[in-house]
Amino acid sequence: MPELLLELFSEEIPARMQAKAADDLRRMVTDKLVAEGLVYEGAKAFATPRRLALTVHGIPARQPDLKTERRGPKIGAPDVAVQGFLKATGLKSLDEAKIQRDPKGDFYIGLIEKPGRDAIEVLAEILPVIIRTFPWPKSMRWGARSGKPGSLSWVRPLHAITATFGLETEEPDVVKFEVDGIETGQTTYGHRFMAPAAISVRRFEDYEAKLKAAKVILDPQARKDIIFADAKELTFAQGLELVEDQVLLDEVSGLVEWPVVMMGSFEAEYLAIPEEVIRATIRNNQKCFVVRDAKTGKLTNKFVLTANIEAPDGGKTIVAGNERVIRPRLSDAKFFYETDLKTKLEDRLPKFEQIVFHEKLGTQAERIKRIERLAAEIAPLVGADIAKAERAAHLVKADLLTEVVGEFPEVQGLMGKYYALAQGEDASVAAACEEHYKPQGPADRVPTDPISVAVALADKTDTLVGFWAINEKPTGSKDPYALRRAALGVIRLIAENNLRLSLMKVAASALAGLSVKSADAEKLPSDLLAFFADRLKVQLREQGARHDLVDAVFALGGQDDLLMIIRRVEALGKFLESDDGKNLLAGIKRASNILGIEEKKDKRSFDGAPEAALYGLGEEKALAKAIGEVTAEASAAVAKEDFAAAMSAMAKLRPPVDAFFEKVRVNDDDAKVRENRLKLLNEIRSATRAVADFSKIQD
Amino acid sequence: MDASLPAHMRPERSFQGFILALQTFWAEQGCVILQPYDMEMGAGTFHPATTLRALGPKPWNAAYVQPSRRPKDGRYGENPNRMQHYYQFQVIMKPSPPNLQELYLKSLAAIGIDSAVHDIRFVEDDWESPTLGAWGLGWECWCDGMEVSQFTYFQQVAGVECAPVAGELTYGLERLAMYVQGVDRVYDLNFNGRDGDAKVTYGDVFLQAEREYSKHNFEVADTTMLFEQFKMAEAACKKYLDAGWKDDKREAHLMALPAYDQCIKASHVFNLLDARGVISVTERQSYILRVRELAKACGEAWIHTEAGGAA
Repeated sequence: MPELLLELFSEEIPARMQAKAADDLRRMVTDKLVAEGLVYEGAKAFATPRRLALTVHGIPARQPDLKTERRGPKIGAPDVAVQGFLKATGLKSLDEAKIQRDPKGDFYIGLIEKPGRDAIEVLAEILPVIIRTFPWPKSMRWGARSGKPGSLSWVRPLHAITATFGLETEEPDVVKFEVDGIETGQTTYGHRFMAPAAISVRRFEDYEAKLKAAKVILDPQARKDIIFADAKELTFAQGLELVEDQVLLDEVSGLVEWPVVMMGSFEAEYLAIPEEVIRATIRNNQKCFVVRDAKTGKLTNKFVLTANIEAPDGGKTIVAGNERVIRPRLSDAKFFYETDLKTKLEDRLPKFEQIVFHEKLGTQAERIKRIERLAAEIAPLVGADIAKAERAAHLVKADLLTEVVGEFPEVQGLMGKYYALAQGEDASVAAACEEHYKPQGPADRVPTDPISVAVALADKTDTLVGFWAINEKPTGSKDPYALRRAALGVIRLIAENNLRLSLMKVAASALAGLSVKSADAEKLPSDLLAFFADRLKVQLREQGARHDLVDAVFALGGQDDLLMIIRRVEALGKFLESDDGKNLLAGIKRASNILGIEEKKDKRSFDGAPEAALYGLGEEKALAKAIGEVTAEASAAVAKEDFAAAMSAMAKLRPPVDAFFEKVRVNDDDAKVRENRLKLLNEIRSATRAVADFSKIQD
Repeated sequence: MDASLPAHMRPERSFQGFILALQTFWAEQGCVILQPYDMEMGAGTFHPATTLRALGPKPWNAAYVQPSRRPKDGRYGENPNRMQHYYQFQVIMKPSPPNLQELYLKSLAAIGIDSAVHDIRFVEDDWESPTLGAWGLGWECWCDGMEVSQFTYFQQVAGVECAPVAGELTYGLERLAMYVQGVDRVYDLNFNGRDGDAKVTYGDVFLQAEREYSKHNFEVADTTMLFEQFKMAEAACKKYLDAGWKDDKREAHLMALPAYDQCIKASHVFNLLDARGVISVTERQSYILRVRELAKACGEAWIHTEAGGAA
């Protein structure tokens, strides 16, 4: 079956957009083909800095014929309706229509046969639309045509479109269309510098091969493989090791059509700069990889660059040029680092009085004071030394004002640690400079040093409470202050360090420290707690746990000790996996359902203790007794925070509940007995509330 | 590169020869070679030959050197490549020709950068000027890992959509010349291409100025006067814009250029104040917005002038 080759040849496409663009192109073209009844066998898309390419094979040469029936007017309808029907169906007269009998009357039916069109004709129709509506994150106009409305927008100027369609064995046809003055053809171009001449292509097979001959590696993965393998080999040969960097590799492979990997070096004196800063300098500014010594694991004064050409001098000029650029960059970094070391972290703090954290939440200086106070309060709860926690909170933000962090924001925190150590701070205080930002996301490490934990909790709580107080909560996909991440951070800090603290108390204290007064300050801590509950559910869901159990525990009210909530949820989850758990849940649900119905019927609730005198049956008595025992036992276990034991106690309810439902008719003819039995059912519900609100649990 | 040039005029050994080679090249491409604008400005883009001429339907091709003043970048002459005054070479072509990238590469060849030996790359860079209310898409052009030019397709300038789009090239002259001459310190650039006693370096011409202006920009510039100048320039700009409408129909404007001068003035005064550190973070934003409002109003006036209006 025939195949399609499409290439959109343009000026340099930003590296970060290439992969998604290739994917979008494949998806848009194949979706449209399928929608047109052209079911294809396979498709692949590629991107280089200068082209997007797509091949789709196994496309039928023609669309299938379509037969549709169209219901027309009733027999005897006015002529206007008849004429409209004839026009819409293309029938010459009503003689060509069928008649359909129907209780509402007899209708004309027109049979429309739409013959399938040639696939190439369909392609010529859909491709220009896809090009015109292509979802680039940012696109632009250019050239003389941009003076007129409706001119094409593309990521950068588009120069040529290759579009061919045909069988493998035959000369393919050009899919003829035109977009903004660019007519399709079968001419593309090789490497910008090494083989710029026009190339005539027929289909994907020769296209890819001819490009390769013209110094263009079409497949981004192939370019990555080359860069990675060559860089590894080049470093290995010198007893060195490439510092692997997938993100950088992706970017670099999007900057070249013909990767040529080379190694350069810089003066060893720059190795006095922290490794992370060297790496940030070389990576961010020069898009080069850094290299370490295979034995010591330390960074060396080498770097790996990827050029886009094979130069006649073997790349000597290119390497020398890159070295000349990296030198002053590292020289700047070294200067920044050494300048930073001359000022103590605390001496930078007054500057924060001039820097606004948030218009409504005051300056950074005020925020740091709040974090200090909170950290000191939290410290004893997490086993941290109060003075050290306070000291850490005092210093952790100071590196934001250093030159190095100003230049490379990604080393914030880390530089704080280096500078803190350099000025002789306690190791835990220095570590907190880096670690208090953690965890940054679900995959990030959670700090364990109590000082870091105290400051991290204080920092995150201040952020959450502050933005809550000024009503800047996350909505839908918008979370500009990363409050969800902060809440998840708090959850993980508490859970993974097994910390016991009352979130409500911490939140109330944070709130008291704010200078801005929240309109509904009283509601705030509980409102925030609900947000934590939501985050906890999301996290449990991601871990594959049941999130409805979080609701069942939170519904008990007054729960703000996250660790206990998590423990309770875990115990509940295990219990519900057992037969006892499942059956008890069924029993409780049944009791709730009956109660619900009867409460509605009688328009009253059945609170209050049942009367023992009214029990007529053994099963009633047994159940009442079991409820009493289980409630006591479960409550005692909960008080000891032994949730597994509380669940085992619950399990004892199962036999009497089952027996009750088997033998006892709740809706007894005697109204008093009925009421008493309903009260007993209500007791089951209350008893189970010692561990969770079972009505919130989904089946 | 032109092989017939005498040695002291060759771009690889003479800063002035380097500039002349670029001018000659772009003159060959049909550009009007302008002289620098006679006002202090932060970048060649501020020159009315770019900012205003980029607007409106009439074709426009120009190239010029523009001294660029960045008061905050002064380093008292002690940094090898940072200065508060340097030169930009600016090319603007409207509409952007289809072969602008090729022309750019040829211009590099004209100043001695051979793309067969050097690794030339077009790396994404979205350009935006908050003070000018302008943005465009394009690249930083890299030569062996060094950014040597900015290449931008203007989409909007002074708040007005560009129709048609102009292509803008900005070369950092000192940095490029340093690369071509093989020197690591800008002040070591050979300015006139001569040897021995006849040689004049970039340092001979500008080092003293860098020291003096750094002191001025950071320590002494009269902030009371500058705050006043900002207000005066802002008021004058608005006044000239108001007075420039030919009649009440507000269809033709007769004074966009003088008004725009005041916008340039305000922008530079703001940069000086910023360097003196007397503008707080929050105020900073509002000053930028005030300059942008002026730029936008000038752009609006310009498209109602003869050169900026319908062909």
